[in-house]
Amino acid sequence: MPIDAALPMEDAAPAPGPPRPAIYRHRASTRLWHWVNAVTIIIMIGSGLTILNAHPHLYWGAYGANYDHAWLHTPRWPGFLTIPGHYNLAIARRWHLLFALVLGFGLLSYMIVSVVNRHFQRDLRVRAKELSARHLWHDLKEHLAFRFHDAANPGAYNIFQKLSYVLVVFGLIPTMIFTGLAMSPAMDAAWPWLLDLFGGRQSARSIHFIAASGLVVFIIVHLTLVILAGAWNEVRSMVTGRWTVPDEEEA
Amino acid sequence: MSGILTRRALITGGAASAGLLLSGCDQVAQVPAFRKILLSGDAMNQGLQRALSDRAALAPEFSEAQMSPRFRVNGTHKPVNPAYDALLAENFASYRLQVGGLVDRPLALSLAQIRGIPARTQITRHDCVEGWSAIGKWHGPLLGTILKAAGVRSSARYVVFTCADLMDGKPYYESIDLIDAFHPQTIMAWALNGHALSVGHGAPLRLRVERQLGYKHAKYVMKIDAVASLAGIGLGKGGYWEDHVDYDWYAGI
Ligand code: HEM
Repeated sequence: MPIDAALPMEDAAPAPGPPRPAIYRHRASTRLWHWVNAVTIIIMIGSGLTILNAHPHLYWGAYGANYDHAWLHTPRWPGFLTIPGHYNLAIARRWHLLFALVLGFGLLSYMIVSVVNRHFQRDLRVRAKELSARHLWHDLKEHLAFRFHDAANPGAYNIFQKLSYVLVVFGLIPTMIFTGLAMSPAMDAAWPWLLDLFGGRQSARSIHFIAASGLVVFIIVHLTLVILAGAWNEVRSMVTGRWTVPDEEEA
Repeated sequence: MSGILTRRALITGGAASAGLLLSGCDQVAQVPAFRKILLSGDAMNQGLQRALSDRAALAPEFSEAQMSPRFRVNGTHKPVNPAYDALLAENFASYRLQVGGLVDRPLALSLAQIRGIPARTQITRHDCVEGWSAIGKWHGPLLGTILKAAGVRSSARYVVFTCADLMDGKPYYESIDLIDAFHPQTIMAWALNGHALSVGHGAPLRLRVERQLGYKHAKYVMKIDAVASLAGIGLGKGGYWEDHVDYDWYAGI
């Protein structure tokens, strides 16, 4: 934990003028899941890229091998991006399939806790009025001016934040899990609907790759916005839960 | 603290920690205690998948129209083994599948005898650990039929397949448990797509264990043994790849 985080809040963000208010923004369950998940996803991407190096061709349908038509040939992923750092399919699969359990059961626990403590209902529920063209346009302009918080309710997520978190939590990560399961020959026997859902094992493999790419895009945008919104304050809030309301008019 | 400093520190710090995490993974994987955890995913996935599936749940089967136009050969293309060459030269006339270990009636079956056992035909998907899949039509008797004929004793827990292809001078081998051995789609295939197995695909006889990945499907099977434990066979991890490069013994995913 950073030293600052342990200090009283007034000292945490030295600023000219009167101290800015701090609020308790992230619950312990959210923070715990966030960091476990962040490490897990980096491990999944690194080990996934080693697995992809084993057969860097993607197909649609039930089957697909060297003689069949591949819709995508991926480049060879260099060692500084892969786990392990040299090509070893067996060890990459060990990482991937062990941390697949952390990812899957982590998401499940986080979802249960977040329904019970009403994090989802309170913070992620998208309201109809937020989706109106006027509201979206207004929020977009605010984003472009690097103002990310509603002055009247600074702790609330804005609509783009909500939509991207909903997409990741309920869309991309579950897609990773279910396409991952659809590639398992044993799970295909146990749950044949997995194959119907994705249109065959090689389609599931392609979708696994596309959704992984979506997660990479999310990570890049997410980190960029954290930096623009005030990196120190944002990261600290995800560690300690306490977040200083930024003075965005000045920014 | 100035915003610029924070930003720069965070970008560098973030990139550095992601890099450290990636390379750190290799370091951590060498620590014996963590390596044990890393390798324990095998048993966890096995336990979980077995708990979620019916023992006799069938792998999907396909129609002829859904078959791969060409079925890729992988792994050994032709065993480098004079004994195998001799068998091949006489079209496996003196081939005998040895069935032994913890059985009441050890068997030595000729190819003609094996072809005489009622067979199953199944069009299934073969999934290689590398990621590709091919669909083909396999034909051969149930492993369960052969094991019942030999009378597997109740002390047996696993079935071990010893093959004609030599890896570093020692035979390739694989093993499965009795749940998979007696599964209704686990067959000893002697034909693929309507033809006797080619050498590349494992002539004269190979295992099909449809709910696991390709490396479990031992080719060139010479001997089947029922055993109580995998310790003492090879390096004790249940198969050539398991012994030498730490592939999972349970290859259901
Ligand atoms: C953040 C989560 C994940 C990421 C970023 C990720 C990424 C990848 C990538 C890039 C590959 C290589 C090829 C491909 O796209 O198919 C791969 C392969 C694979 N993944 Fe994941 N994955 C994730 C989660 C999971 C989960 C939860 C499971 C299991 C339930 C899983 C199971 C697999 C399997 C079985 C393969 C091997 C496929 C093959 O044989 O090529 N993955 N993953």
